[in-house]
Amino acid sequence: MITLQHYLVLSTALFCLGVIGVMFRRNLIIILISLELMLNSVNLAFVAFSRFIGNIEGQIFVLFIMVVAAAEVSVGLAIAVAVFKRQGTINVNDVNIMKW
Amino acid sequence: MSELVWLIPVFPFLGFLINGLLGKSFSEKLIGVIAAGAVGASFVVAVLIFLELLGMPPEARSIQVEVFRWISSGTLQVPIAFLVDPLSAIMLLVVSGVGCVIHIYSIGYMHGEYGFRRFFCYLNLFVFAMLILVTANNFLLMFVGWEGVGLCSYLLIGYYYEKQSAADAGKKAFVVNRIGDFGFLLGMFLIYVNFGTLNFTEVFAAAPETLAFGGTLVTGITLLLFVGATGKSAQIPLFTWLPDAMEGPTPVSALIHAATMVTAGVYMVSRCSILYALAPTSMTVVAVIGGLTAFFAATIGITQFDIKRVLAYSTISQLGFMFLACGVGAFASGIFHLMTHAFFKALLFLSAGSVMHAMSGELDMRKMGALKPHLPYTHATYLIGTLAIAGIPPLSGFFSKDEILFNAFTVNPGFWAIGAIAAIMTSFYMFRSVFMTFYGKSRVDPETAHHVHESPKLMTVPLMILAFLAAVGGFVGIPFAHLNKFDEWLAPVFAPAREIITHGAHGGHHSVTLEVTLMFVSVAIAVTGLLLAWWMYIKDTEVPERFIAENPTLHSVVYNKYWVDELYDILFVNSIVDFSRFLWKSFDEKIIDGAVNGTGSLARGLGGILSRLQTGMVKDYAMSILAGIVVLIGYLVFSLR
Repeated sequence: MITLQHYLVLSTALFCLGVIGVMFRRNLIIILISLELMLNSVNLAFVAFSRFIGNIEGQIFVLFIMVVAAAEVSVGLAIAVAVFKRQGTINVNDVNIMKW
Repeated sequence: MSELVWLIPVFPFLGFLINGLLGKSFSEKLIGVIAAGAVGASFVVAVLIFLELLGMPPEARSIQVEVFRWISSGTLQVPIAFLVDPLSAIMLLVVSGVGCVIHIYSIGYMHGEYGFRRFFCYLNLFVFAMLILVTANNFLLMFVGWEGVGLCSYLLIGYYYEKQSAADAGKKAFVVNRIGDFGFLLGMFLIYVNFGTLNFTEVFAAAPETLAFGGTLVTGITLLLFVGATGKSAQIPLFTWLPDAMEGPTPVSALIHAATMVTAGVYMVSRCSILYALAPTSMTVVAVIGGLTAFFAATIGITQFDIKRVLAYSTISQLGFMFLACGVGAFASGIFHLMTHAFFKALLFLSAGSVMHAMSGELDMRKMGALKPHLPYTHATYLIGTLAIAGIPPLSGFFSKDEILFNAFTVNPGFWAIGAIAAIMTSFYMFRSVFMTFYGKSRVDPETAHHVHESPKLMTVPLMILAFLAAVGGFVGIPFAHLNKFDEWLAPVFAPAREIITHGAHGGHHSVTLEVTLMFVSVAIAVTGLLLAWWMYIKDTEVPERFIAENPTLHSVVYNKYWVDELYDILFVNSIVDFSRFLWKSFDEKIIDGAVNGTGSLARGLGGILSRLQTGMVKDYAMSILAGIVVLIGYLVFSLR
């Protein structure tokens, strides 16, 4: 029997993987992928709760998140391209000109 | 009329405000008219009040007018209130009258001078403060005027502030006066603590019961007040500022440093006559200091060559006479001399100013001589002033000085002797200045001689007014029983003090024979001084140099003013300067500045350490967000359980 807990554990695991990816990877594209992972883990939690409670609103929310995520990732990739054009790298540790 | 007494100080204050705030584009003439007119208006009101007092019975001649309550704090109640009585009426007339004449003179004297408007603003402010001083009905308001005149004196001595010596002189006057003011303040505190009020009438009414006759308390109060008086009125040991104060323009010397401000101490002592009468020790101190000052200042006056300095030492000496009078209990004589002195000394200063005007600013009498034909009016007025101060009858100085000497004699012939010697010297140095300036051979250098000219009418007319007053001013106090209107006028004010004094050892019955004898001695004294001066400076001009050659030490001691300034420098000034420098270098710079700068560098250091957190790496910031979330969630989870 697969219960709500199973979905939530999976969702948390995915979220943590995403966080670790954002924290420790240096490649901008990987970081973006990790961000997507985090968003989708949240989506999973939404769907699971929606189903469990019997309320359709959670599933509608997931569609919104997907739209926003698509927009976000396209902006992110555009930044990655721009950064690569300017710096010749997409290693985030080399992109630190904001430091005082 | 007397309820309008507050108008008297208000007029000069308005003059000060109008000239000071709006006068930027006024012509010299308008500024002068406003300033002199303001003081003139005060004089008119003062005369009206005087006439009103004259019409009252003598016992009723003491009116208090409260304008508004100034300080009201617990038991301390200090109103802005004025006291009109015979004493303040005399002071009001002298201050506003002489002040008005000097204002008119100044219009001519200061013509074309840089800072004309500033001069008249200060002068009006001074008259305002002086009038507050003499009309106040309590010690605190009097102190306001006291400080106000000190401030104006400082500003006007340093009028030519771009000149180092003038700036220094102003500072010196201010600092020396502060020492005196400190005594005044302490005396005032003691009075408040013991009486619970600062109102003159209340304090003086309660004094005989509250204070034991000759007790430590009353002696302390009066001596402290007298310290204030020595500062303001340039007595030993605080007289050194007055000769230096001659750096100011001459009308200032005439108004502030001869006629009015320096007499504030005498006025204050007379005002507190009851307190002094209760403290015989203080009376003796006042008389001794007054006598010594009269004597020493006169000796210095003999040797000076700067005409204004001669007059300055003469002022100190004459103030000494006034204190001598107060010290022997003859307060009315002191005030009488104060009044006549205001006339003739203002006259002498203004005449000296006229000489200076003619001589293109020259003050050294060794470079004058034979000016009489060139300056006929100035010569005449200066001569009248000299005759008055020397005590030649029937000019005003004769009556007042004679009265003081007579009263001194009745208390202690020693006081009389020292006063008489000072009087000979007064006569001598004044005629010396006349002879050196107006007679003998001309020692004027040719360049200046070319420009010598009599002063304009605007200056000579005030001189004539003052000369008239100096000549006839003494007739109000002819020293025989019923003719002495001045004594009679002031009698209600000094009656309680007189009663206490005469209650003591010596009764007040003087013999007329003694009085007449002393009068002839006084005349002889004045004439001796005159003849001595004539002999030394007209007949045989070699004498002074021969005398100096024979007594080099004596001359150099006196000529250098007994090195009092140098002595004070060594004893007080240097140590204070050194201590201040020590505080500046090690306390102020190291500790105060160190604390401020330390706070600054502490903040900067901490900031430097904290700025390491800002790495510029987005992931580090994300990490801190994560850490924050973990902590927050952890808190919620564990606290909500």
